[in-house]
Amino acid sequence: MTLSAVTANRLDDGVVVYLTEAAGWSENLNDAARAEKGPAADELLAKGGADFLAVVGPYLIDVVSAENGLQLVNMRETIRAAGPSVRTDLGKQAGN
Amino acid sequence: MYRYDEFDHKFVEQRVGQFRDQVARRMSGDITEEQFRPLRLMNGLYLQLHAYMLRVAIPYGTVSGAQMRKLAEIARKFDKGYAHFTTRQNLQYNWPALKDTPDILAELASVEMHAIQTSGNCIRNVTADQFAGAAADEIEDPRIYAEIMRQWSTLHPEFSFLPRKFKIAVTGCENDRAAVRVHDIGLIMKRGPSGETGFEVLVGGGLGRTPMIAKTARDFIGADNLLSYLEAILRVYNQWGRRDNIYKARIKILVHELGIEDVVRRVDAEWARIKDRSYDLPVAERQRIAAYFAPPVFEQISGDDPTHLEQIAADPQFANWVGTNVVAHKQAGYNIVTISLKPIGGVPGDTEADQMDAVADLAERYSADEIRVSHEQNLVLPHVKQADLYTVWQALVKADLAIGNIGLVTDMITCPGLDYCNLANARSIPVAQMISERFAALDRQLDIGPLKLKISGCINACGHHHVGHIGILGVDRRGTEYYQISLGGSAEEDACLGDIVGPSFDYDHVTGAVETIIDTYVGNRHEGETFLNMYRRVGIAQFKEALYETA
Repeated sequence: MTLSAVTANRLDDGVVVYLTEAAGWSENLNDAARAEKGPAADELLAKGGADFLAVVGPYLIDVVSAENGLQLVNMRETIRAAGPSVRTDLGKQAGN
Repeated sequence: MYRYDEFDHKFVEQRVGQFRDQVARRMSGDITEEQFRPLRLMNGLYLQLHAYMLRVAIPYGTVSGAQMRKLAEIARKFDKGYAHFTTRQNLQYNWPALKDTPDILAELASVEMHAIQTSGNCIRNVTADQFAGAAADEIEDPRIYAEIMRQWSTLHPEFSFLPRKFKIAVTGCENDRAAVRVHDIGLIMKRGPSGETGFEVLVGGGLGRTPMIAKTARDFIGADNLLSYLEAILRVYNQWGRRDNIYKARIKILVHELGIEDVVRRVDAEWARIKDRSYDLPVAERQRIAAYFAPPVFEQISGDDPTHLEQIAADPQFANWVGTNVVAHKQAGYNIVTISLKPIGGVPGDTEADQMDAVADLAERYSADEIRVSHEQNLVLPHVKQADLYTVWQALVKADLAIGNIGLVTDMITCPGLDYCNLANARSIPVAQMISERFAALDRQLDIGPLKLKISGCINACGHHHVGHIGILGVDRRGTEYYQISLGGSAEEDACLGDIVGPSFDYDHVTGAVETIIDTYVGNRHEGETFLNMYRRVGIAQFKEALYETA
């Protein structure tokens, strides 16, 4: 089932982060709080949106649960989560 | 080169201080993102997919060795060791942290650089022919006027909140290497009836979702009246340009909706009102600025350098590189060298910090301390003695910068696309890489001849796809990347928009489609006929047939 999570860029360095259950922000997609689409997702986004000291521009993304954790469904978000597909030495895919 | 005066220094330093304070207030929560966003954009700081992006202004694409070395140092210290040169002759860092940007701007200010007006609805970096001051065909160095326009437009209070961004390009001759016809204003230098310098003024060009070729607003305006005439155009645009719809806000839409005659009538009425009210630069001031662009002291050399001719004969790789990347200079014994930033399979426009240092060294030693950035995302050493070419080439080989492909199929303009950009719908760079690999063989590239391939990852057209001989536009179709191909565009003096060839191709088939197009050209061209000329002769049908006959 496709669920919603909240993503944003961290304020001080722009790194891609995900809203966690504890209302913090994690660089790891698997830490993301997820909610069913609709009112629950909107509530999650509202929680993230209030945190303007930590992040910039929170918005909802689609995720699906898979055996090895959460997966993204859209290419833009997949590239955001990994780093540039043409520089696999950079971004989260490279651990930097 | 232009050097900052006391006013320039003070104003750039003040701006760094202001931005330092604004960043601190954003990080402490005194101002919100909504309040901060326009402030950071005024200083060139965008937010992209993975990180912030800082766009540094390179006025008319001219940098010194010291400036280039500083740009490399910033790439190492604050970024990930590389930078990207853009079609606006600017430079972008892809990974700066917000908290570091005030320090980056301070570093830039120390070498007379900044990131002001690289975003926002203002007059952006004025671009110019990358061969300015070196080209044999120019009337005068167009950078004199680009610098005058830079000073006029910097923090211009009336034009800081235009309906939309505004881009001006200037060329010093009829041959257009600056794509002036796809700018909001394009200026082509000309001689007037009494031999005086002036410009043909074109208005309303642009790419993006509504591409337009600029129309001539005035056949000739004397250089003495350039600023008052530009002021009049900007005033008409500022007053009548649409603010109700961001997609209809550029001056091209105003020219399209009112018609060029009506726009010119309004501009002329405004100009008549203001032209005698000292909007124009006094001659002495113009001469003062022109002096900064005085040519370097050239040695008097006649005839070809015999050692150079021997080197050409002895080293075919060097000879190939000279053939593709080196052109004549206005001064006998000198050449203009283009350094390709399009290695086979590489990222167009990207350079490593070490390569930037290498180019800085070469500029200082062999090119009168000057480097240019071209709108085609390459670098130029404008003043290299023919006798030094072999040494320069050897240094470029060592720096992995001796790629001989200027003007050929692998010398593509490519936007960052979905690998970096927040606006993109599809990736551009990997498509460029696949095409580059496919046509890697130099013999094949040379056989194909002059070909401008341009790739954009979305409709905003930063990759100039509308004016590519072959243009590629990335689109998103239900979450999958597709690529629409157009043919027959040109950004030069014969500027025109390409024609869409048919249904788009998926990621795995776009390279094959490009190859089919090129094979169709090669198989059907007349002796000596370029791709563009062949396309203009035969039209689109033959290419359509080749691409879709088995579909």
